[in-house]
Amino acid sequence: MEKLVQLTMSGIANGAIFALVALGFVLIYKSSDVINFAQGELLLIGAYLTYMTVEQIGIWWPAGVVVAVLLAAVVGVLIETLVLRPLIGEPTISVIMVTIGLSSLLRAIVGAIWGVTPRPAPQFLPRDTVTIFGASVGVDKVWAIFLALLLFALLTLFFRFSREGIAMRAVADDQQAALSMGISVKRVWAVAWAIAAVTAAVGGILLMSIFGGVSGSIARVGLLVFPVVILGGLDSIPGAIIGGLIIGLLQSYAGGYLPPELGMGEVVPFIILLLILLVRPYGLFGQRIIERV
Amino acid sequence: MQSGTFHTTYAADMALRPYWPQRLRIALVLVAVLVFPWFADRYWLNLANTIAIAAIGAIGLNILVGYTGQISIGQGGFMAVGAFSAGLMAARLGMPMWLTVPIASLFTAFVGAFFGLPSLRLKGLYLAIATLAAQEIITWVLTHGKLLGIGESLSIPRETSNLFGIPMTAIGNPDFAFYWVTVGCLIVTVIFVSNLFRSRAGRAFVAIRDQDIAAQVIGVDLFRYKLLAFATSSFFAGLAGALTAHYRGIISWERFTIDTSILYLAMIIIGGLGSVSGSIYGAAFITLLPALLSNLARLLSGVVPQINSYLPYMQQGAFGLAIILFLIFEPEGIVKMWRNVKDYFRLWPFSY
Repeated sequence: MEKLVQLTMSGIANGAIFALVALGFVLIYKSSDVINFAQGELLLIGAYLTYMTVEQIGIWWPAGVVVAVLLAAVVGVLIETLVLRPLIGEPTISVIMVTIGLSSLLRAIVGAIWGVTPRPAPQFLPRDTVTIFGASVGVDKVWAIFLALLLFALLTLFFRFSREGIAMRAVADDQQAALSMGISVKRVWAVAWAIAAVTAAVGGILLMSIFGGVSGSIARVGLLVFPVVILGGLDSIPGAIIGGLIIGLLQSYAGGYLPPELGMGEVVPFIILLLILLVRPYGLFGQRIIERV
Repeated sequence: MQSGTFHTTYAADMALRPYWPQRLRIALVLVAVLVFPWFADRYWLNLANTIAIAAIGAIGLNILVGYTGQISIGQGGFMAVGAFSAGLMAARLGMPMWLTVPIASLFTAFVGAFFGLPSLRLKGLYLAIATLAAQEIITWVLTHGKLLGIGESLSIPRETSNLFGIPMTAIGNPDFAFYWVTVGCLIVTVIFVSNLFRSRAGRAFVAIRDQDIAAQVIGVDLFRYKLLAFATSSFFAGLAGALTAHYRGIISWERFTIDTSILYLAMIIIGGLGSVSGSIYGAAFITLLPALLSNLARLLSGVVPQINSYLPYMQQGAFGLAIILFLIFEPEGIVKMWRNVKDYFRLWPFSY
């Protein structure tokens, strides 16, 4: 029971972070049909920017986090305008490859500035443990879940009530119609990348805090975004959240209950990915518009 | 200079290289390839071998991605299958290279066809993600290789690297001896693949790429030809992997991660999708780029002493930047740039 609760909590915490990262991915895909292989690097950038503002420059940490997140948003917009915009209308493989090239470039930039050795991270989340159902669980995990939920709530409000949010929904629904109603699709794409960078940055900061350090391995989470979004449905925001939680839990259980030397935690998400693709490629909540062969 | 197509016979029309400038260029390249190893030192021979092996892998991937239009991010995994099956046959059974390499390539073709099964239901980016999963699963099998009896790495006994009983050492130093093997395999691959796309199967691949539904309507069996494309492509991936195993003498899974898959995708994108010569240019470009940068760093290290610690990032960054710049400014790759140069001279001085 104790192990179950612990595994569940860390699964949900990881899942919430996956969901955050997947959310950005889905937003970009919905608004511009771009598959972003550089999502993991956006996490990396968010984490290292926070490291820079809080640890290296020494800004009071809540302010430092805000500055870092804003900087991450700027990076997102820059990527969209400089790299993705010239490729509008190019075939899928070109768009996939350009984001892959981007991920390599971003990793190189981060490596050149901060090196590859893991560095101790600034501690934001409290390190103590609480007892839930007789199992001791790190408070940082609870905080991670709470913060992710908060961000989801904010984003929901944004999509529901703000002008930009409604424009984004319109573009995702029908780009032609949105264009003819005077919505700037380019602006929507830029906002989508900004939000994706922000959610990824928050995910990166939470991961950094849970790991207790920043290193290049944070970008590895970027690959896990694929099982999550395929499970949830590529174009579904609730799907990203639920898919993230399911993948997080399964990974946690597989890593905790199966023999550790198998390292099942790493491969289970990808086995699920293959199964989902074969059985139900549009995922749990995605629209069934996949072209079948 | 030839300024148009003036064929008078069917044979001339069907020829692979009908014009004398093309034949002259091929003859010159062949002479250069034959003369090169006698003058090059081991550093350059090593680079040439790496390029030849990479070119085989890139041509293989191009069959799948460039000609058949099935995006694959699993090339590294398929090369690993070829490398490790050849390595295991050599290390455990003591089989010689001229047996392990073809068997490993055939085995990889089967594995590739198996992982190509999702392509019957998926296309475009969904297939890409499925091959990504294949890559991760193959990597996982290798890292938990106790099941297969592999440790962290696998060393291949040198004496298995012989050609029909003649040990490689009889020919010269390993880099020199392997040059003939790798370049020989590359030439066979180039001839085979260039002719493949003049055959029924190759035409079917191209039809599937251009419009799969239309291809099916005119009678192309999608099921059969897609699997065939995966199998042919993986055969060459396996060949490249098996050659890597014998050439390096020691292999570990780290050589065949998703980064390798990306490297090969970059080669064919930069070289030119759907082009055999483009795959070779791309392989050469991607292999020479880091070597060039490290030579540059060595030259500059007197002026800027810290440059060596930044070298890995420079190489990685240059790789990413090369992909991005090519996609934005020359999406058809080096092959198109080369064609522009040829056209310029052919049409000069009336360029329009």
